[in-house]
Amino acid sequence: MNIYQEELLDHYENPCNYGTLPNPDISHEEDNPLCGDKIRMDLLIEDDTIKDVRFCGHGCTISLAAASMLTEKIKGKTLTEVKNLSRDDIMDMVGIPLGPVRVKCALLALKVLKAGAYGIKGWPGEEDG
Amino acid sequence: MTQKTMHTSDFRPLDVEAIRGDFPIFADIPPLAFLDSAASTQTPRPVVEAMDAYYDTYRSNIHRGIYRISEEATDQYEKARQKVAQLINAPRTSQIVFTRNTTESINLIAYSWGSMNIGQGDEIVLTDLEHHSNLVPWQMLAQRTGATLRYLEITDQGLLDFTQLQDILSEKTKLVAITHVSNVLGTINPIQSVIDAAHAAGAKVIVDAAQSVPHFHVDVQQLNCDFLAFSGHKMCGPTGVGVLYGKLDLLEEMPPFLGGGSMIRSVERDISTYADVPAKFEAGTPSIAEAIGLGAAVDYISEAGLASIHVHEQELLKYAHDRLQDIEGITIYGPAPHQKSGVISFDLDGVHPHDIAGILDTYNVAIRAGHHCAQPLMKKLDVIATARASFYLYNTLEDVDRLNEALQKAQALMGRRK
Repeated sequence: MNIYQEELLDHYENPCNYGTLPNPDISHEEDNPLCGDKIRMDLLIEDDTIKDVRFCGHGCTISLAAASMLTEKIKGKTLTEVKNLSRDDIMDMVGIPLGPVRVKCALLALKVLKAGAYGIKGWPGEEDG
Repeated sequence: MTQKTMHTSDFRPLDVEAIRGDFPIFADIPPLAFLDSAASTQTPRPVVEAMDAYYDTYRSNIHRGIYRISEEATDQYEKARQKVAQLINAPRTSQIVFTRNTTESINLIAYSWGSMNIGQGDEIVLTDLEHHSNLVPWQMLAQRTGATLRYLEITDQGLLDFTQLQDILSEKTKLVAITHVSNVLGTINPIQSVIDAAHAAGAKVIVDAAQSVPHFHVDVQQLNCDFLAFSGHKMCGPTGVGVLYGKLDLLEEMPPFLGGGSMIRSVERDISTYADVPAKFEAGTPSIAEAIGLGAAVDYISEAGLASIHVHEQELLKYAHDRLQDIEGITIYGPAPHQKSGVISFDLDGVHPHDIAGILDTYNVAIRAGHHCAQPLMKKLDVIATARASFYLYNTLEDVDRLNEALQKAQALMGRRK
């Protein structure tokens, strides 16, 4: 049952940084049309550094747990550092093998972040395609 | 299903063990519990062998070949058309047009018949239960022509609300496009009444039969529908071949859909005359092996018996309802088993349908989760997605037991939250 290992379920049940920010510098929302999952991410930026971050939305375990993990990972980092986060970084972070449909679940939060913070459209790893 | 469409005379219980022996995919132990036939079915050996025989022994293009294997290919391709015609009791074989799938069949009607017959202010009546394939082509036609879409709604039980029918139909109604069986809820629509009412209002009717023709006997002459569309890959056939049936006078009046080879009688520099139906609608080299495979699939399900298939699916469906309804937090969508075909849509409280399908997959139980290409229906049901199990002739009560056990495990794993 490695697909739903404990760490992932913990993030799903008790997500980190869940909610919204009152005056975010960046706020962006996107959905995954394949399954209707939707994630919004709010960022507070000071001198290029992500001072605070919140996410909210609805989705499956993978998409919400990945969003929770991602917010943990980026808090305190600079936007320049975060810009280089890749599809592989998310796969490492989630830590379980995923099929092509569910990879999109895992990548949704990063897609929202990249579109909101840098205006990068498309799925991480497929920007050129 | 309505008793009228069921041929009780050909009923005999399915020999499911023997049937499963024709599907190598079920040879593993424990076998795959394949509960996604509403999306696409598995393929039995006789269908694969019929296509292999084409590729191995008489591979060639059809029509106009002056050598024996081309004549053989043409003969087998046209025999497949005859088999399909007999399956749905079409008056003439020429009323069967081979397409790629149901979607292409419906688009053909929307472009060819639609652009001739639908104009500004006309109305096209759809239902809440339509798959995107019987919805988006009509939206596109409405946008091109200035026509309006009207929707026959469903009741809380997932049945069409017939009290609205007479109000919706009027002299403006030019077409009613209705699914025979909902791919999400399994609801079997009483399309005979809809067809009769639409004809009384002067409208034509296209039936999306993608989920009905594979599962019970459909008779186009009895229904008196104007057009009917279905796909080979949902009835033990290969992907890449579908069917459009139409009334002969309508097909003859319609302009071609795609232009090219095979669909012409003669071509000059500035003008062509077109071939007769069905060739007029089959431009270019068609899916020859796939059509031959579909012919073999028609033989296969006819040999099993469509009445027997329906009774078998009803048994599985009733059993699934009985077992699944006891699972904590489950909601089953749609009507009671006797009002539907072999589809059960559900969700588990607090567990996303993608998680249900993902966990079930680890138990080798294959179901579908998502919007099932029916987003307006999802909105109506006030859900983002559902999980769906669907049955066919090769499924067993044991498959349902495994679905039930895997769902209980998913519930135990995930239901603890929130």
